[in-house]
Amino acid sequence: MRFLKALLFAVMTFCLLVAPAMAAKTIKIGAILSVTGPASFLGAPEANTLKMLTEEINSKGGINGRKIELIIKDSGANPGKAISFAKQLIEEERVFAIIGPSTSGETLKIKSICEKGKTICISCAAAEKIVNPVAKYVFKTPQKDSFAARKIFMQMQKMGIKKIGVVVGNTGFGLAGKAQLEKIAPEYGIDIVISEVYDKRATDLTALVTKLKARGVQAVVNWSIVPAQAIIAKNMRQIGFNVPLFQSHGFGNIKYVKAAGAAAEGIIFPAGRLLVVDSLPDSDPQKPVLMKYKKDYESRFHEEVSTFGGHAYDALMILVKAIKKAGFDKEKVRDAIENLKGFVGIGGVFNFSPTDHNGLDINSFVMLTVKNGKFTLLKQ
Amino acid sequence: MNLDLLFQYIAAGLTYGFIYAIVAIGFNIIYNTTGIINFAQGEFVMLGSMIAISLHPFMPLFPAIVLAVVITMLIGAIMEIAFFRWIESPTILRMIIITIGLSILIREAALAIWGENVRALPYFTGNEVTSVSILGARVSPQVLWVVGVCSVTVLALQAFFKFTRYGWQMRACAVNRDAARLCGIKAKNMVTLSFMLSAGIGALAGCVVSPITYSQYNMGVPLAIKGFTVAILGGLGNYLAAVAGGIVLGIIESFSVWVLPSAYKDSIAIGILLIILFFRPGGLFGSKEELALKEF
Repeated sequence: MRFLKALLFAVMTFCLLVAPAMAAKTIKIGAILSVTGPASFLGAPEANTLKMLTEEINSKGGINGRKIELIIKDSGANPGKAISFAKQLIEEERVFAIIGPSTSGETLKIKSICEKGKTICISCAAAEKIVNPVAKYVFKTPQKDSFAARKIFMQMQKMGIKKIGVVVGNTGFGLAGKAQLEKIAPEYGIDIVISEVYDKRATDLTALVTKLKARGVQAVVNWSIVPAQAIIAKNMRQIGFNVPLFQSHGFGNIKYVKAAGAAAEGIIFPAGRLLVVDSLPDSDPQKPVLMKYKKDYESRFHEEVSTFGGHAYDALMILVKAIKKAGFDKEKVRDAIENLKGFVGIGGVFNFSPTDHNGLDINSFVMLTVKNGKFTLLKQ
Repeated sequence: MNLDLLFQYIAAGLTYGFIYAIVAIGFNIIYNTTGIINFAQGEFVMLGSMIAISLHPFMPLFPAIVLAVVITMLIGAIMEIAFFRWIESPTILRMIIITIGLSILIREAALAIWGENVRALPYFTGNEVTSVSILGARVSPQVLWVVGVCSVTVLALQAFFKFTRYGWQMRACAVNRDAARLCGIKAKNMVTLSFMLSAGIGALAGCVVSPITYSQYNMGVPLAIKGFTVAILGGLGNYLAAVAGGIVLGIIESFSVWVLPSAYKDSIAIGILLIILFFRPGGLFGSKEELALKEF
């Protein structure tokens, strides 16, 4: 009996001492993504990308010997859910870092929660506000809205366009874009003569494009999500209004080109290089990374790669790079991300700094156009 | 403001108007036989277009549309037989609440089946950029299809209710269901028939508007709201009035965009609707006396 008691004691002690160490062989990474819901076009490819990358990293032995345990939470683009998932991941799951959310609204809601929880958050959402003002633990991988606006205006200058019309859908994305465009336009000597907001669920926009036509604008900029970005293109061409149509970087999915059909031809928009990887020169530093991601993703999921999945790719790879360098200390990893330079990702080449938690510059965007139903680099 | 632009605004208004009207007609059929508003009408529109889009890879466009209409009619019949026929005391309020529940159910089922992708049927004539010129205004040929289908539907319904036995029986049920039953009319079958008819017309509407508006699992809601508005504006239960109401609302919306920022489009349209209903509670073409006889 005494022997049994002693054995039990020994086993218990062993468990207490060794088991946590065994469990700690993995590293928990949380992800809050809009896998379903109105922003599933962002969240679904992001979740796929994370799963694919995690498997690849784990099959090669993980990060510094520890395998990644990926916990994906589907927020359905609902900020309320994002908040409770963020708390759950930080307080209960005690994750090492959070990737996502997919949308700007959700990210802005959990920004302060991650700050308080001292947990690194690498967002896959676009809005400038996520990293401006800089929050210590919050980073983001997609290019800033303002770069998209600047890139569009630079192209307009080249084309000699001075008077433009701006139309946006009444979503957070659309309204943020409108604010950026209106703020930056004067710097490039461009006059926004008409600026309109339409219902994101509008079924037809003929009256609106008629108004634009009547104001004699030389180009139209549309900042919205589907289906409105296809409807506006169709309606413009149908009424015989043939000025150049610029879309936001949100147009970067070949599905939208298919939805707009013949009306998509000639649309100009800024996007990352992923969409035109085949026509990039071999000297482009991003080309090998992009080629591999595109090939892996498309052969695995049988759907065309979109820039959105790339945002998640960058988020996870940046985190992995920083952990490899700094070990498993959250504070040190945070510092390592902040000092990461020259990381070649899907969105561009990242150079972080204490004042820049995005790390991308304006050259991460290229101007694309649609030709014969395909994306191609716009010939200057 | 030159004349071409004026006509262009009118053309835009007519486009909106006929899209709303073709949805509104479905509301009126069920209202006429049962006195209820079927809040799942928008879901019939969505089902029709989504089914047609799913069938189209396997067959030409027109058989796909016909088959989609037939399938949606069957769904309408099943819906009525499963949820309405067995209600012991079918009060108006109870039935309306069932239609709201069904609309949510169908929408969620559609989300599970088709996901959230935006799809569309191809343009019946030409493609996304084709347009024809009428009085200097340029419209897509698909708009003419909507106008044509809407007109034929209204005429066919008028003929059906005026000249056929089933049409008479359905009208009799609408006037007084108990009296109709005493005359030997199977009132319950008439209700089923009205659900089938309005499901079919909803599906047809979904197919013709799909190239213009695109189709998605939740497309029914905004269309149903506008269709409902138009049905009320014209005067519930009257098909021609629905078309007229649609044109009125469409033109108002279109011209509101001309003078004011387009963000106000819907508030102006709904504001004017409220004003009209304040002075004419029975709608533009309904009479007060008729309204007083109705339960709802």
